[in-house]
Amino acid sequence: MSVPSATPYEAKTRLGRITNFVDSRVSGSAMVKEFGRKVFPDHWSFMFGEVALYCFVILLMTGTFLTFFFDPSMAETHYQGSYVPLRGVEMSVAYESSLNISFDVRGGLFMRQVHHWSALLFVAAVSVHMLRVFFTGAFRKPRELNWVVGGVLLILSLAAGFTGYSLPDDLLSGNGLRIIDGVIKSVPVVGTYISFFLFGGEFPGTAIIGRLYMLHILLVPALILLMIAIHLFMVVIHKHTQFRGPGRTNNNVVGYPVGPVYAAKAGGFFFIVFGVIAIIAGFFTINPIWNYGPYDPSPVSAGTQPDWYIGWVDGALRLMPGYLGGFPLEWVIPFPWGDNTLSLNVLLPALGPAGLVFTLLFTWPWIEAWLTKDKRVHNLLDRPRNAPYRTAVGVAGVVFYCVMWAAASSDLIATHFHVSLNDVTYWLRVLFFVGPILAFIIARRIALALQRKDREIVLHGVESGRIVRLPHGEYIEVHEPLDEYKRYRLVDFESYKALPAQPDANGKVSGKEKRRAKLSRFFFEDRVAPVTPSELENAHHHESPAEVEAKADDSASIEQR
Amino acid sequence: MKALSQRRRHPLAAVALLLLGLLVTGGLYAMANGANQAQAATTTYTADDVSEGEKLFVANCATCHGIEASGTENGPSLVGVGAASVDFQVGTGRMPMAMQGPQAQQKPVQFDEDQTADLAAYVSSLGAGPAVPDSEYLEPDTADAEASAEGGELFRVNCAMCHNAAAAGGALTRGKFAPSLEGVSEKHIYEAMVTGPQNMPVFNDTNISPEEKQDIITFLKDIESEGSPGGAKLGSLGPVSEGLFIWTAGLGIIIAFTIWLTARSS
Repeated sequence: MSVPSATPYEAKTRLGRITNFVDSRVSGSAMVKEFGRKVFPDHWSFMFGEVALYCFVILLMTGTFLTFFFDPSMAETHYQGSYVPLRGVEMSVAYESSLNISFDVRGGLFMRQVHHWSALLFVAAVSVHMLRVFFTGAFRKPRELNWVVGGVLLILSLAAGFTGYSLPDDLLSGNGLRIIDGVIKSVPVVGTYISFFLFGGEFPGTAIIGRLYMLHILLVPALILLMIAIHLFMVVIHKHTQFRGPGRTNNNVVGYPVGPVYAAKAGGFFFIVFGVIAIIAGFFTINPIWNYGPYDPSPVSAGTQPDWYIGWVDGALRLMPGYLGGFPLEWVIPFPWGDNTLSLNVLLPALGPAGLVFTLLFTWPWIEAWLTKDKRVHNLLDRPRNAPYRTAVGVAGVVFYCVMWAAASSDLIATHFHVSLNDVTYWLRVLFFVGPILAFIIARRIALALQRKDREIVLHGVESGRIVRLPHGEYIEVHEPLDEYKRYRLVDFESYKALPAQPDANGKVSGKEKRRAKLSRFFFEDRVAPVTPSELENAHHHESPAEVEAKADDSASIEQR
Repeated sequence: MKALSQRRRHPLAAVALLLLGLLVTGGLYAMANGANQAQAATTTYTADDVSEGEKLFVANCATCHGIEASGTENGPSLVGVGAASVDFQVGTGRMPMAMQGPQAQQKPVQFDEDQTADLAAYVSSLGAGPAVPDSEYLEPDTADAEASAEGGELFRVNCAMCHNAAAAGGALTRGKFAPSLEGVSEKHIYEAMVTGPQNMPVFNDTNISPEEKQDIITFLKDIESEGSPGGAKLGSLGPVSEGLFIWTAGLGIIIAFTIWLTARSS
């Protein structure tokens, strides 16, 4: 450390002395100096991560309140609280204490609703944040690992949500647990053992609520906190990405420093998020457990759904036929020790789509880098239209997810739109396969079209709406040129070309490389190149707007290979 | 005794035995069957009601249900469905149907109370069936403090799989559905249980006793009057409407704020 100087710093005020005392012991000023100067770019879409973080803080606070009154015991009791339609009903202590939180603890129902609403918003914010990162290409080098951490956070938030959803031990959550039990049991060989270990015997047993409670309040939040710490640490190391614009390069960040403006904005935003959730929780009921009654394995209520973030898995289960034609999907395989059942009708839909989505999600940064052979550092973001291939893949994934999501509410679609439940299922089965393909094609076409529109605007200006009559009688619409700043945003992007197969060090073209080249051609065959300075020059040389218009058709050189 | 044993080879002995057997089985069956009849009714109809009902029936119902309600291709026979069935179907506006479909839709009620009673009188005159229930089972059971809770348990075990635990309704196969029970009158709930309209099964009195039916009605009316303690209930549709709400309204408001917060610099 530093050599003690002859005249140590003496603060003049009382506050100053306290501050100096603390600072000279924890050297906080160095941290404030470092973090206070951290620059964050401003864009509304960059704030979803913050929303998720704030929701998590709200969840911790309201969750702590709820633990004061919740008792995760599955011991049997008879409800004697103030909700009349359940008085005298036999139920577990867990359900009773959830009812007491709702009806007999002051502010309990509000806290429960804040907790549950912020849980829904938490996972929604995490998802939208991930979509933003995907569609803008923020996962590219050097941020691949942080993308993976984000994916882990998404899975953890699903785990946190599901374990919490199951705690009140009401009929709805019990039905959900039963489905999970069925899915676990469908796993070959180990499934039944895992189920027995998890539930401490045959479903539902008397152990599961206590175990889920431990996971929900201890393990999962601790892991989420750890992952958030790693996530934010990496954000600090990598610095935030930014959209392209004048003065913004791969090596700088343009925006506000944390102190004081950004910190004030972000801090205020926490209270905004909290306020919005509190208002929603105050006016809209969520998970009215008193409606569902205590869990009992025999009744299954109509309209039993999981919370939205588990819905897609439930939807996949609903879409899966038990028979394909006359071919059963439940196989009984004879072994020397007896018959074992392989229940593909449960195993495939429960684990297949989720496995596919998460595998692609986790590996996409490497898939894209392999495909484009682009190993450079990317601190500048793409507008989604400027990466049509990626946007198309993303939209296809979103549609795939949404089809399953819709399937989870197939019964409500049927009743509310007065259509047949069977037809809804058939259509969604078709869309499950066709939807992503159509979405890929359409999204790519739209992205390319938007790029062409941008090109058109750069080369020929914006339609002004002013119609001018020329001396020889012709009418034209005057196009106004873009100002430089706006034009910069439209021309500054990279457009990958299809990259033919490259020979390796030995001069051989491997089969893998050939496949890469094929895929590369499929993705990058159709592309719109950014306007070059010479093209711009050319377009501007034509004084007469009419000529510019005429030239438009041949000079809009959309490069196609 | 000797006389009887001597005649056991009489040519008519087999016939007598057969008759006796039939009589006993039939009698026992009638007794057992009688126990299954909804007994909660004592409404009597006059001959005037019946003839008035017949006129209404011929004019409004016979097209599908046939003259004498014997049924046609387009509508089932109504002989033996009972007054409760008529009171439910006509009283809730399901009958007369506007068109054939997966199931009869509720419409504005077409007949007033007297006309409905006349139709019920006519149909019940064609064959015995469940009658319009007595009001004693339609009032909430005030004597039993736990009537509502017991009704709730019966509801969850017998009704919730179609009607939803919160009685918000649910989908069945091929466009059929179990309707929401909110705002359905006590009498109609009772009648639905004893007659099994549309795709609903019949819950006769040995299955769910009239007192238990009363408990179920008490429960339904209780949850209706309790309202929603937690605020607007978003249709009581469970997590789907909650998810939809947070993705549209919740996230929408948050996005509006993010745009506002970052508006100045962009």
